[in-house]
Amino acid sequence: MKSISPIVAFTLLATVAPLLAGCGSSTAASKSGSEPAGAASSKEPVTLLNVSYDPTRELYEEFNADFAKHYEEETGTPVTIEQSHGGAGKQARAVIDGLKADVVTLAIAYDIDQIAELTGLFPKDWQKRLDNNSCPYTSTIVFLVRSGNPKQIKDWDDLVKDGVEVITPNPKTSGGARYNYLGAWGYALKKFGNDEQKARDFVKKLYENVPVLGSGARDSTTTFVQREQGDVLITWENEALLALKELGPEKFEIVTPSVSILAEPPVTVVDKNAAAHGAQEAAVAYLKYLYSPAGQRLAAKHFYRPSLKEHAAPEDLERFKEIELFNVDEVFGGWPEAQAKHFNDGGLFDVIQEEIASSK
Amino acid sequence: MNASTLPTTLESPESWQVAGPQLRTATEESTWVRWLLVGSTLTFLTLVLFVPLAAIFAEALRKGWAAYFASFNNPNFWSAVKLSFLATGISVPANLIFGVAASWAIAKFDFRGKSLLITLIDLPFAVSPVVSGLIYVLLFGMTGWLGPWLSSHNIQIIFAVPGIVLATIFVTFPFVARELIPLMQEQGSEEEQAAVSLGANGWQTFFRVTLPNVKWALLYGVILSTARAMGEFGAVSVVSGHIRGKTNTLPLHIEVLYNEYNFVAAFAVASLLTLLALVTLVLKTTLEWRIQRDLEEAAKSE
Repeated sequence: MKSISPIVAFTLLATVAPLLAGCGSSTAASKSGSEPAGAASSKEPVTLLNVSYDPTRELYEEFNADFAKHYEEETGTPVTIEQSHGGAGKQARAVIDGLKADVVTLAIAYDIDQIAELTGLFPKDWQKRLDNNSCPYTSTIVFLVRSGNPKQIKDWDDLVKDGVEVITPNPKTSGGARYNYLGAWGYALKKFGNDEQKARDFVKKLYENVPVLGSGARDSTTTFVQREQGDVLITWENEALLALKELGPEKFEIVTPSVSILAEPPVTVVDKNAAAHGAQEAAVAYLKYLYSPAGQRLAAKHFYRPSLKEHAAPEDLERFKEIELFNVDEVFGGWPEAQAKHFNDGGLFDVIQEEIASSK
Repeated sequence: MNASTLPTTLESPESWQVAGPQLRTATEESTWVRWLLVGSTLTFLTLVLFVPLAAIFAEALRKGWAAYFASFNNPNFWSAVKLSFLATGISVPANLIFGVAASWAIAKFDFRGKSLLITLIDLPFAVSPVVSGLIYVLLFGMTGWLGPWLSSHNIQIIFAVPGIVLATIFVTFPFVARELIPLMQEQGSEEEQAAVSLGANGWQTFFRVTLPNVKWALLYGVILSTARAMGEFGAVSVVSGHIRGKTNTLPLHIEVLYNEYNFVAAFAVASLLTLLALVTLVLKTTLEWRIQRDLEEAAKSE
C-alpha cells in the first residue's frame, strides 16, 4: 500500500497541472492582449475582430490602419483591429462555432445568412442595414492566364475545350468558387437560350478540366502562380489584378470574358459579439467608414469596384473593364435558392462531381 | 519425410562439406545488390528529403540575407513565436508529468485494463491531427456540448490560446510515455522494492531510484514532444481561428505569409523550424545512444 501513494500523487498532479497551466495561459493571454492598448487615453480602448474571406487581406491591412487613425481622431477612442482570413465558408463556420467576430466581411450573403440563422447573433434582415445591400464594394469573375495566352483563352467557351487545365477552388468551402461555378452556369444559360440541361453539360465539361479543387481563392491562386499548375485560373477580378501586381505583369495576363457574374461581398456587424465587449459603436463606425470617400478610394486601390465611383482615383477605375454583368438574384433567384440547388450536399455540384469521378 | 531423406544425407557425407560454404548469411549479398539497395535509398532520400530541405533555405535566401532577416522584423512573427513557445511550454511539462505517471503505473504495477490504457495513450498517433482539432470544436464550440455554458460564463476555449494549448497537448501526449514504458518494463521493479525495504518512502524511491534510471529516455521523450509541439499544424489550425498577431502559431504564420505572396518570409520562418528540427535530430541521436547503454546495463544486471 505504501508504494502506491506516489502514483496517486502523480495522477493527481497530472490532472491538476493542465488546469493550473490553463489558468496561467489565460492570464498570459489577457495580459498580452491589453499591452498594445496601454497608451494613455481618456477613453477605454476597443478591439475589433474582422473575420473576412481570402482576397481581402491587403485591402483590410491598409483600411484598418486608416480607420484606427480616423476613429481615434473623431472619438478619442483608440481602436485595434484584428484580422482573420480564410475561405468564406470555413470562416462563417468558425463564427458559428464560436469565433468572436465583431464584424464579418465575407464573400457571399449566403454565408452571413447562415451565421444569422444558426446563431441569432444578429437579425436575419442584416442585409438591409447598410447601403447597396450591405456591399460597400463589388467585383466580378475573370480569368488569369500565362503570359502570351498560349491556349488562346478568350471566353468561357474556351474553358471547356479538351486539353485546357482549369484551376478553381472548391465551391463547398470557397465563396469565390461558387461565383466561378455560377458564372459559368449563367454564361451557358445565356448562350443556350436558358436550356438548363445544356448549361449543366457545359459546367460538367468545365469541371472535367479541373485537376484539383483548392480550399479557397488564395489557395488556388498560389497553385496557379507559384506551383505553375494549369492553363487558366478562374478567380475574382480583384485577386487577378493583385496577382498581376504582386507577381509581375510580364508573367500573366487577365482575360475578361464577354459576360460575367456580379460578385457582391457583403459586410455586417455581429451585434451580440460586439455588444458583449462594448465595441458595438466602433463596429458600426468601422463598416460605415468602408462607404466613406477614404474607404471607397482604398477599395478601388485594392482592386475592388467601389459602389461610389466618384470617390475613387481615376487611374484605379481605369483598371476595371466594361463588362456585361448578371447577378445571382436575376439568374438564380437569390443565394438561398442557388445554394440549395447547386451547392448543398447532394446538390448539382455533388452530382456533377460524382459523374466525373465515375466516368474516369 | 525424415525417414526417407535421412539415409541419403548419411550416405554422402561429402555433400555436407560442399553445401557448407553455400549456406548464405543475411548480409552476404552480392556487391551489385548492395549497391542497388544503397543507391536507391540514397536517391529516394535525396528526392524526398535533401532537395526539399535545401529548397527551403534556397527560397528563404533568394533575395539575400537582408531580406531574410527582415522577415523576422514583424510583430506578427514575434507574437507567433511567443504563442508557439507558450503552447510548447505548457504542453511539454504537462505531458512530462502525465508520461511519468502513466509509465510508472504501467511498468511497475499490474492492474485491470492496463492494455487498454496503453492503447489509449497511442490514440493521438492513430488519429489524424485535423480530427484531434475537430474534437475540441465539437466539445467547446458554440454548437458543441460545452460551448453555450462556457460562453455564458465568458470562457473562451477554442479560437483562443487555451484551445491551441489543448490541441497541442493532445497531439504530443504519447511521446514521453511511449519512451518510458519499454525502458521501465525492462528495468523491472526490483530496485524500487529494495529501496522500499531499506525504508525509503515513495518520493525518495521515485527521485533517487526510478528517475535517475530513466532520465535519458525522459529527455528523449521531452525533445520529441517539444519538436512536435512547435511544428504542429493540422490540429492547431482547426482550433486557431487564424487571428493574426493573436492566435497564429509559427506553422500557421508560415501559411499566412505564403498566402500573401510573401514567399521569402514564409520560407525564412520555415527555415527556423527546419533548423529546430535539425537540432532535435542531433539531440535525438545522442540520446538514443545513451538509452541503448541504459538498456544494456539493465539487461546485464539481470
